[in-house]
Amino acid sequence: MSIPTYSGLEPLRIFPGSNFVNIGERTNVTGSAAFRKLIKNGNYDEAVSVARQQVENGAQVIDVNLDEGMIDGVEAMRKFINLIAAEPDIARVPVMVDSSKFSVIEAGLKCLQGKGIANSISLKEGEAEFLRQAKIIRRLGAATVVMCFDEQGQADNFERRIAIAQRSYDLLTQNAGFAPHDIIIDANILTVATGMAEHDRYAIDFIEAVRWIKQNLPGALTSGGVSNVSFSFRGNEPVREAIHTAFLYHAIKAGLDMGIVNAGQIGVYDDIPKDLLEHVEDVLLARRPDATERMVAFAEQFKGAPSAEAVAAQAAWREGSVEERLKHALVHGVTEFIEADTEEARAQYVDPVLVIEGPLMAGMNVVGDLFGSGKMFLPQVVKSARVMKRAVAYLEPFLAGEEGRAGDRHAEGRREEGAARHCEGRRA
Amino acid sequence: MKTIEQLANERILVLDGAMGTMIQKLGLTEEDFHPPGMEDHKILLKGNNELLSLSRPEAIRKIHEQYLEAGADIVETNTFSATSIAQAEHECSHLAREMNLASARLAREACDKYTAMDPSKPRFVAGAIGPMNKTASLSPDVNDPGFRAVTFDQLVAAYKEQVEALLDGGVDILLVETIFDTLNAKAAFYAIDEVFEARGTRVPLMCSVTITDASGRTLSGQTIEAFLISMQHVPLFSMGLNCALGAAQMRPYLEVIAEQSTCRVSIYPNAGLPDQMGEYRETPEVTARLVGEFMASGWVNVVGGCCGTTPEHIAALAQEAEAQHREATCSGLN
Repeated sequence: MSIPTYSGLEPLRIFPGSNFVNIGERTNVTGSAAFRKLIKNGNYDEAVSVARQQVENGAQVIDVNLDEGMIDGVEAMRKFINLIAAEPDIARVPVMVDSSKFSVIEAGLKCLQGKGIANSISLKEGEAEFLRQAKIIRRLGAATVVMCFDEQGQADNFERRIAIAQRSYDLLTQNAGFAPHDIIIDANILTVATGMAEHDRYAIDFIEAVRWIKQNLPGALTSGGVSNVSFSFRGNEPVREAIHTAFLYHAIKAGLDMGIVNAGQIGVYDDIPKDLLEHVEDVLLARRPDATERMVAFAEQFKGAPSAEAVAAQAAWREGSVEERLKHALVHGVTEFIEADTEEARAQYVDPVLVIEGPLMAGMNVVGDLFGSGKMFLPQVVKSARVMKRAVAYLEPFLAGEEGRAGDRHAEGRREEGAARHCEGRRA
Repeated sequence: MKTIEQLANERILVLDGAMGTMIQKLGLTEEDFHPPGMEDHKILLKGNNELLSLSRPEAIRKIHEQYLEAGADIVETNTFSATSIAQAEHECSHLAREMNLASARLAREACDKYTAMDPSKPRFVAGAIGPMNKTASLSPDVNDPGFRAVTFDQLVAAYKEQVEALLDGGVDILLVETIFDTLNAKAAFYAIDEVFEARGTRVPLMCSVTITDASGRTLSGQTIEAFLISMQHVPLFSMGLNCALGAAQMRPYLEVIAEQSTCRVSIYPNAGLPDQMGEYRETPEVTARLVGEFMASGWVNVVGGCCGTTPEHIAALAQEAEAQHREATCSGLN
C-alpha cells in the first residue's frame, strides 16, 4: 500500500486527488481555552464530548494536545486516549498525538490500536535525538509530522523551510526506515500582518514551501496549524475566517494535504466579499508593501457587532426566490428557515418528490461542485447534509400520505443520503 | 535446503491443526498437568496446556508428529498462552520461559526428524504467540471505560520473554495469532523488533487476526481494513485469519486481505462453527473443499486448521493443495 493511510476503528486513505484532510483542533489545549479548562479541572466527560463533536462535524482526524503546565502530561494523554477509545463514534477516526514532549507522544501512541500520527518531531535537538524518536514512532506503527525546525531554530523563510524539509526527509527515509508517505512535513504556518516587515512573507513562503515539498520530496505529505496565520486579528472573527479560507484555498492549490483547523472558522472562498478578499490576499500573498497597514484599517469595520452593511448582506438572501433560498441554506448550512422554505416550495411544486429532485438536489449539486474544486471543506458539507436531511424529513409525511408513492420513500431517502455521500466521495 | 520463502513461492504451504483439540482427546487428568516439583501446586492446572510440554513432553511430541505425518509443512509450538501475563491466573508466570523453550525444542525435534526422512520436504517450526487474556484496548470494567488491566509496556515485557525463549529453542518463524486486540498485537511485534535488533538476527513473521462475527470486526472494534493499516509497519511473511469462524464465514474477510495485503496470505479456520454442545463437526472433506476454493482463487499461500481440526483435516488440506499444485504445473507445461 503506497498511498498514505491511517486508521482508527476504520480506515482513512488519502488518494491522489483526494480533497484536503481536516484535522480537528478543538481537543487541543493550545487552540481552545474551553478545552484547556476542562482538562485542567479534570472534567474528562466533557472533554470526551468535545472530541465527539469534532468527529460529528466532519473532522477526519482529531488532534489531541494536553500540554497544560499544571498537569501530568503523560498520565493525561493516556487517560484521554483510553477514554475516547471506548467511544466507537470517536474512535473510528485516527488520532494525532500532539505534544511538545516526546514522552507524552510515546505514551499516547502506546494506547492506540489504530495507525495514528505523532505530532511532532524535529531536528531541534540534533540528528541523534531525531532518529531515536523516529525509530520509536515507527516501531509503534505511526506516521509522523516533522516540524521545519533545526539546531538553529525555527525555519521562517522559504530557503530554510525547504532545506530542513529535505534534510528531515532524507534522514527518515534513509536512516529510520520510514516510508515517504508516513512523513508529514509541517513547514510552519506563522502569523502574518504583525506590523513587522520581516513577517510579510510568512504565508506566501509557507505556500511556496508546500509547493516545493510536493514537487521535490516524492511521497511526502504536508500539513500545518492553520489558525496561527490570522492570530493578529484575534477578536475579529469575520476577518479571521476570511484569512483562513483564502489561505487554505491557496495552500491547497499548492498541494497542502491536511491541516489542523477549527471548522467553525472556515468559510466558502467564493463568499468572501471581493474588497475583503483583495485586502486579505494582498497580505497572504505579500502583493504590496503596505498590505498590512491597509488590511488593519479595513478590518476595523468587521470588529465587534456586525456592521449595518453586513447585517443587510446577511438578510439579503431572504429576498430571493424559494429556489435561491434553499440553495443558500444548503451551501451555507443554515437550518433556521429550512422548514418554512421547504413548505413554500412544496406548496408551489405540489409533488414533494419534485421539491427534492428540483431545488434541493440543485443546491446539493452546487455543494458538490464547490467541494470538488476545493472551495468548501468536509465540515461544511456535513452541515449541508444536515440541512438536506431536515428538508427531506419535513417532506416525509407528505410523501407517505400519497397513495402508491410510499414505496418511493426509501428511494428518495437513499437519493438524498447519496447526494451527501456523493460529495464526500469526491475525496476518493 | 530450500528456505520457507522459496517454498512459498513454489506452492501452497500447509500449517498444522488444533493443539487443544488433540490434547482433549487424550483424556488427561489433573496430575498430568503438574510438572516435576509442582505436584503440590495450590491451583488446579488441568487445561493449562502449555504445562504439558514440561509434564508430558512425549504427548506433545506425538501430536506434532501426527500433524507432520498428515503432511504439515509448518507446526506450531505449544505456547499459545506461555507468557507471564497469561500464566498469572494459574500462578505459573515463573515458568513462561521454560514452557517456551521446552515447547520450541519439542517441535524442533519433531520437524528435524521428518526433514531427515525426506529432505525434499523440509519442515518448519512456528513459535505460536497468543493474544493474552488481558487486553490493552478494552476496559474490563464497564463503569470505568478509561481503565486498562494491562499496559503496553507490560505486554512488551511479557512478549519479549516469550520471543527470546522461542528463538533460543530454535523456531524458524514467529506467528502472532488469534489477534482480537490490535494493540496487543502491536506490542507483540514491538517486542519482536526489539529482540531482533538486540540479537542481530531475524526470522520470518506471520500475523493472523480473528474476526469474531458477522460484524466483520475484531473484538476490539476494528474493521479488517483498519487492522491491515495498523500492521503496515511490520515486515510480514504472511497476513491472514484464524479462529472464531469456519472457512465459509471467513470468505469475505479473506477476500479483503487477499486484495489489500502486500505480503503472502494465510488462513486456518475452525472446523466450522461449534454446535450447541460446543463441538466442531465440519468434516475434513468439507474444510478441504471450502479452503480449496480459496486456493483455486489464488487468495492463499498458507493453509491450516484452528479449533476442532485434526490430522485428518490437515491431510485433506495437504491433498487438496497437492492436487491443485499438480494441476497448475501440468497446465503450465501445456
